[in-house]
Amino acid sequence: MTAPALSTRGLAKRFGSLVVAEDIAIELPAGVRYALIGPNGAGKTTLINLMTGMLRPDAGAIFLGPTDITALAPDERVRRGLVRTYQINSLFPHLTVLEAVTLVVCERRRVAQTWWWQLAAYSQEIDEAYEILNALTLGPVCHRVTRELPYGQQRLLEIALALATKPKVLLLDEPAAGVPREESKDLFAAIAGLSRDITVLFIEHDMDLVFRFASRVIVMVGGRVLVEGTPAEIAADPRVRAVYLGKARHDGALQRNLAGNAP
Amino acid sequence: MLPPIFGVLFDGFAYGMLLFLLSVGQSVTLGMMNFINLAHCSFAMLGGYVTVALMTRYGWPFFATLPCAFVVAAVVSVGFERTLYRRLYRASDLDQVLLTIGIVFISVAVAAYVFGTEQKPLPLPEYLRSSFTFLGLRFAVYRLIMIVIALAITLLLVLTVEYTRFGAKVRAAVDNERMARGLGIDVDRTFAVTFALGSGLAGLGGALAVEIVGLDPSFALTYLVYVLIVVSVGGLGSISGSFVAAALLGISDVAGKYYVPAIGAFLIYLVMIVLLMWRPRGLFGRR
Amino acid sequence: MALTQSLDAPKLYFQSRTRWRPVEIAFWLATLLPFALFPDYLILASQIAITALFALSLDLILGYAGIVSLGHAAFFGVGAYAAGLLSKYGWGEPITGLGAASLAAGIVGYATSFVICRFRHLALIMLTLGFGLMLEELANSAGWLTGGFDGLQGIDTWKLFGHFEFDLYGYVAYAYSLVVLFILFVFARRLIHSPFGLSLRGIRENYVRMPAIGAPSRAHIRTIYTISAAMAGIAGALLAQTTETLSLDSLGFERSAELLVILVLGGAGRLYGGLVGAVIYMIARDRFSGIEPQYWYFWIGVLLVTVVMVLPNGVLGGLAKLAARWSRA
Repeated sequence: MTAPALSTRGLAKRFGSLVVAEDIAIELPAGVRYALIGPNGAGKTTLINLMTGMLRPDAGAIFLGPTDITALAPDERVRRGLVRTYQINSLFPHLTVLEAVTLVVCERRRVAQTWWWQLAAYSQEIDEAYEILNALTLGPVCHRVTRELPYGQQRLLEIALALATKPKVLLLDEPAAGVPREESKDLFAAIAGLSRDITVLFIEHDMDLVFRFASRVIVMVGGRVLVEGTPAEIAADPRVRAVYLGKARHDGALQRNLAGNAP
Repeated sequence: MLPPIFGVLFDGFAYGMLLFLLSVGQSVTLGMMNFINLAHCSFAMLGGYVTVALMTRYGWPFFATLPCAFVVAAVVSVGFERTLYRRLYRASDLDQVLLTIGIVFISVAVAAYVFGTEQKPLPLPEYLRSSFTFLGLRFAVYRLIMIVIALAITLLLVLTVEYTRFGAKVRAAVDNERMARGLGIDVDRTFAVTFALGSGLAGLGGALAVEIVGLDPSFALTYLVYVLIVVSVGGLGSISGSFVAAALLGISDVAGKYYVPAIGAFLIYLVMIVLLMWRPRGLFGRR
Repeated sequence: MALTQSLDAPKLYFQSRTRWRPVEIAFWLATLLPFALFPDYLILASQIAITALFALSLDLILGYAGIVSLGHAAFFGVGAYAAGLLSKYGWGEPITGLGAASLAAGIVGYATSFVICRFRHLALIMLTLGFGLMLEELANSAGWLTGGFDGLQGIDTWKLFGHFEFDLYGYVAYAYSLVVLFILFVFARRLIHSPFGLSLRGIRENYVRMPAIGAPSRAHIRTIYTISAAMAGIAGALLAQTTETLSLDSLGFERSAELLVILVLGGAGRLYGGLVGAVIYMIARDRFSGIEPQYWYFWIGVLLVTVVMVLPNGVLGGLAKLAARWSRA
């Protein structure tokens, strides 16, 4: 039996007396789309930080496939295929869109060490970058400088950067955050278009996205995993209702589902 | 009969207290807003010149000039904060470094123009220039008074930070600026007041420094390096860090010059580099 | 399919970036003017060329990788003293002297880069300052080697290629410095437009994101820091060889600070910024060499404040903005 694409065992992290993660055990089989939901402060972004190596766990282990990556540096994890996007765009403001993605491709292909040969000669890398951008509808704006792009397109670029690393496991931190309704169509198409080879875990508050894209849902509360299941199971789970009811948030879809209406 | 090492420790500690007064403001404001202000010692220099001017031109007694040095430095710093610094809180490190170095250069030139480039002696009363003997060693009265003043101020600072509402705001802003704003704390105002206080303390330090290390226009640059060392070693935003780092630096500097004069400054820089490598945020800095 | 056609366009973008623009060619042709128009100022011209090279080396780490260094003069000094000592103790051949200088400065740069690459912000600035000051102290105490305050005596530069004597008018000195500057400039230009150059810009633009895209940023920083140090060392060697004098202020803090001013004046991150800054600064310094040092620093201070508040990208940045506005009009 093949190892899951990404798994954690007994992952824990605390800041002084504040417990941000406790006994997290997750297994993501290859190719499955997982949604990670939970109230603010539940530890979802912390979990991603632990998985990507931005935070060191106090206990537990992380496995990428069969390999224990707990001790690996962040850039090493990326090279092995574990990649994330950021909730708040973390882009290269003065690089053009094409330059940004080409940068990632060059790093991945290990040509970033060369000083002498000019970028223009690296047609394979440039072409690959352009194809990625085109698939995400960013082709026409590839020569625009990143900071001039509208927010929705910046969000798409955020995903493009991650895709350029050819990830095996992709962690999306609230991909739709801050994107106005009019601009979110391309974004949703991009997420839907993600290859089946990639295992995806995304944090989302937008329940429309969760029900549309996720085949399984993990619910985190207070640093622990509360429950895991299909979207329908989660919507029907009384514990989840207890956590979400009484919180005035934009969970219209969840509320509707909890009330028994079809999405 | 006390061995001479106690004399060295005393002098070193006194020098350290001076460095503490010069640095504490810089440490807290850096910790709060991450604003690199290399012109901090220009305010110290200003305090020194205020004291010199008041004493030599107007015949004020020494202790009366100290609060003046504090106030003038604080007020002038507010002026700079309002007009220039405020616009650069979100700017890059480089911009902050360049702006404040520019201000240092300007202040050095102005000081040279107004006061000349020679060192200014202070007409201190006799009792301040004297020394007393204790267990066989001679200790300078001035240094003792300096230590007392510095310790008193340290106590005042610690009490303020720990027990007043203002102090609580300072601690919150240093700890997590964004969160503090979210909680409704007026971080900008807190910062402005802290900045003024810190610059005022630097001015006081400058006034006290005249007798110990002399005052000339290059003061702003020379002591900047020491202040930066204290701040980066002690940890940004930490009063206790500045205290410990300043004391350490003061003692090592005096001890170094006394016991191994050949190495001197080299040792200080080496110690700083090693300490920074071990703890990049300083000994007491937040992680 | 439209995709195949448009695939050429992206590559064209990168190609267009590497093409030499007319204004660049004009600039380099203009550097030949002093031979014809200002033959009395060739010594100044060679000083400008040397400073331009020094500024270019700082631009590589500051303008392109975002490392604020307050101690870059250390490498300049190491290179200068390497070449100077080599000459003093019997080997005054200029080109190999440059090689020795770049090796010495490069080694020091490589060693310190292991520390530098791990830090940012204040700690980084303090470390560069600390290393620079430490070297200054070392050079000071090692007076038996460096000549201390009196400077290094006995530098004697041999004829260039065994044929061109370094004359009093600076004819050979300027030609020599200019050619070295140009060669290293071309090297830097190629580096900037290579994949490595793109990674450097990535580090400058968003340091935190680089590991998240799989980039070994520390290794990149070590590389560029070493290259920059070697280049600064060559500039230092040029100074020692062309002036046949050398003193401690070649590696002092004032020199590092002054270099920062020069680069920022011209505009960091624009390759030509250091060169333009050097020209403006050195000519101005020559013009105003009569005034008291503190008044000079007064105006430098005013300049710095003005540049930061009004012209954050230096002269070249301001010109670029003007050009953009003009082309839009």
